[in-house]
Amino acid sequence: MLTLRVNGQVQTFDGDLSMPLLWYLRDELGLTGTKFGCGIAACGACTVHVDGEARRSCVTTMSDANGKSIITIEGLDPEGNHPLQKAWRALNVPQCGYCQSGQIMQAAALLKGAPHPTDGDIDGWMFGNICRCGTYQRIRAAIKQAAGA
Amino acid sequence: MTKHNREIAPSCIENVSRRGVLKGIVSTGGLVLALTILRHRAAHADTPKWGADGMPHGTVNNPLVFVSITPDGEVTIVCHRSEMGQGVRTGMPLIVADELDADWARVKIAQATGDEARYGNQDTDGSRSTRHFIKPMRQAGAAARMMLEEAAAKRWGVEVSDVEARNHEVVQKSTGKKLGYGELAAAASKLDVPTTDSLRLKDPSQFRYIGKEGTNIVDGFDITTGRAIYGQDVRLPGQKYAVIARPPVMGGKVASYDATETKKVPGFVQVVEIPAPSFPMKFKPSGGIAVIADNTWAAIRGREALKITWDHGPHATYDSQVFRAAMEATARRPGKVVRSEGDFAAAFASADKKVEAEYYIPHNAHATMEPPSATCRIIDGKAEVWTSVQSPQAAHDLVASYLGLSPENVTVNVTLLGGGFGRKSKPDFAVEAALCSKAIGGTPVKVVWTREDDIRNDFFHTGLSNVSRRGSTRTARSWPGATTALRHRSCRSSYPIRSTRPRSNREWASSTCPSPSPISASRTARPRRTPRSAGGAPSRTFRMGSPSNPSLRNWPLRRPRTRRRSCSI
Repeated sequence: MLTLRVNGQVQTFDGDLSMPLLWYLRDELGLTGTKFGCGIAACGACTVHVDGEARRSCVTTMSDANGKSIITIEGLDPEGNHPLQKAWRALNVPQCGYCQSGQIMQAAALLKGAPHPTDGDIDGWMFGNICRCGTYQRIRAAIKQAAGA
Repeated sequence: MTKHNREIAPSCIENVSRRGVLKGIVSTGGLVLALTILRHRAAHADTPKWGADGMPHGTVNNPLVFVSITPDGEVTIVCHRSEMGQGVRTGMPLIVADELDADWARVKIAQATGDEARYGNQDTDGSRSTRHFIKPMRQAGAAARMMLEEAAAKRWGVEVSDVEARNHEVVQKSTGKKLGYGELAAAASKLDVPTTDSLRLKDPSQFRYIGKEGTNIVDGFDITTGRAIYGQDVRLPGQKYAVIARPPVMGGKVASYDATETKKVPGFVQVVEIPAPSFPMKFKPSGGIAVIADNTWAAIRGREALKITWDHGPHATYDSQVFRAAMEATARRPGKVVRSEGDFAAAFASADKKVEAEYYIPHNAHATMEPPSATCRIIDGKAEVWTSVQSPQAAHDLVASYLGLSPENVTVNVTLLGGGFGRKSKPDFAVEAALCSKAIGGTPVKVVWTREDDIRNDFFHTGLSNVSRRGSTRTARSWPGATTALRHRSCRSSYPIRSTRPRSNREWASSTCPSPSPISASRTARPRRTPRSAGGAPSRTFRMGSPSNPSLRNWPLRRPRTRRRSCSI
């Protein structure tokens, strides 16, 4: 039996400890905002925060998550009005939208450490989050808008 | 294991079947009438149909199909095309709302189920939605607006010419009196739908939304908060999860399998054999062994534990490198000329600069950001599917066929698509979900394709080889250095999607290139810019981008950007 906190709520788990956090969030908790893209940390669609740091939930096992605090896209802001979410909407960043939960969670972790990121900071930090529609320019603009730059 | 399931109503993306908006006429008093379906008029056998009219079920412009208005003025517009990032769930309803002169802030979107007899063609493929439907959608919006105007004129006992719809209200021009759309909806719904010939469309200068900046995508909030529901995200009460071991070679099948270890995986529910398809495969599932479990991870582990012996079938010896070499050798030789203008040889010989390049495109997987996924449940002989498909009618028909159900007993709800690119025009995964659900008594099953499945078992684009020569001339009339000579020679298998046609299957079965399709096209002057598929090109005969596409005859030659001698993409 392990314990973790998801979006502020304490959860217990006594299943397969090798199960990726991704499938626990999606299938067990119903938090489907965290997306399945690749399963091998190659695309970033499943990015969540683990103790405040951006992590790929598809390669984070339940045993890795034991005792940790997890924040998903659903828990980023209670009203869905994190500055990044507002900027994302204002600039119409998403196209198909499938990668955008992960993009936003990755960017949210960036802004914690670098409140006013440069283009280089953004490109370097967001490098592992793939967008098949190619919304990268708007993602960068939205991050800068959210940062008030 | 703590259960904290949040069952997501699969209608987070509102589907018309779940809202019942097109059924609640009497109860809501809205602009929703007994539906008169304008079926696609049967074409005379000798009259070719182009564009939208050439598509199955054509177009529908009936406002009663697309628009409903509640007494409090909430307008719901049905989007009958699939959203995969192109913005169609914003764009299509926006066109209707513009002609309706509706306040966009008071418009909701409902997503159509797969029902082309009702909505017109829904195959969201080929960049066609706006091209084919801007006119019918404008007509639907204009007809609804005129019905509201007529209702207001009758209410006031004045001429229709004295009233005008303006931003969700009808105004009497001579007095300034106003009635909201909600107040008029019930009366309007009892009027005849104006004939198409009598519709007054807006002058483009009057457009409120079309061509204007400032409209945000309708799903922006849901996408940025994780609420948006894609095929992979559908959750039904009691749902199980399935992954499928598919034949590693297209056309192969299971020779034997042993699921002993699979059955030991915690959460295992059942294995289900998916039948191997007959040829031509078209868009049928490729067969294999499905592992159904309590969650996706258990299904993945169960699949890993399967021991399967495959019969690789007629394509066991296919070698893409050998096929590539055969195509390239063929493309270097003269082929069947499909177009020739001017004297290429002379123009090329006299060019100042000559470029020769060979291009090869390998078998490509579509690699949609969201791997394919579908969920199905069957209750009392009625199957309902939720899935991210580009062609919900095709999904509907194939599911009905596989389950042996009559069409009215199958419903296909369309979720958001995490990318489509044509992959999700093929409804094989919807059938897989249906077969899995049937195998466990109709319990909801979601079939999840992993990324590896997507890359291994995609409907690959065929390989293609192209050999091109281009010459440019400093003194060209168009501009200095313009292209003055161009020749393409291409070779590919006979149909650009693997497996979908019997002939290409036979070619795949061979390690040589028995039936290459070499073509050659040359021209010697820069043509005027012409539309890519201006009338005349049958809409479904060729895929865009295929070198034998007759619409490419109008392909404008552009300034070269790359000058590499050869290029493998």
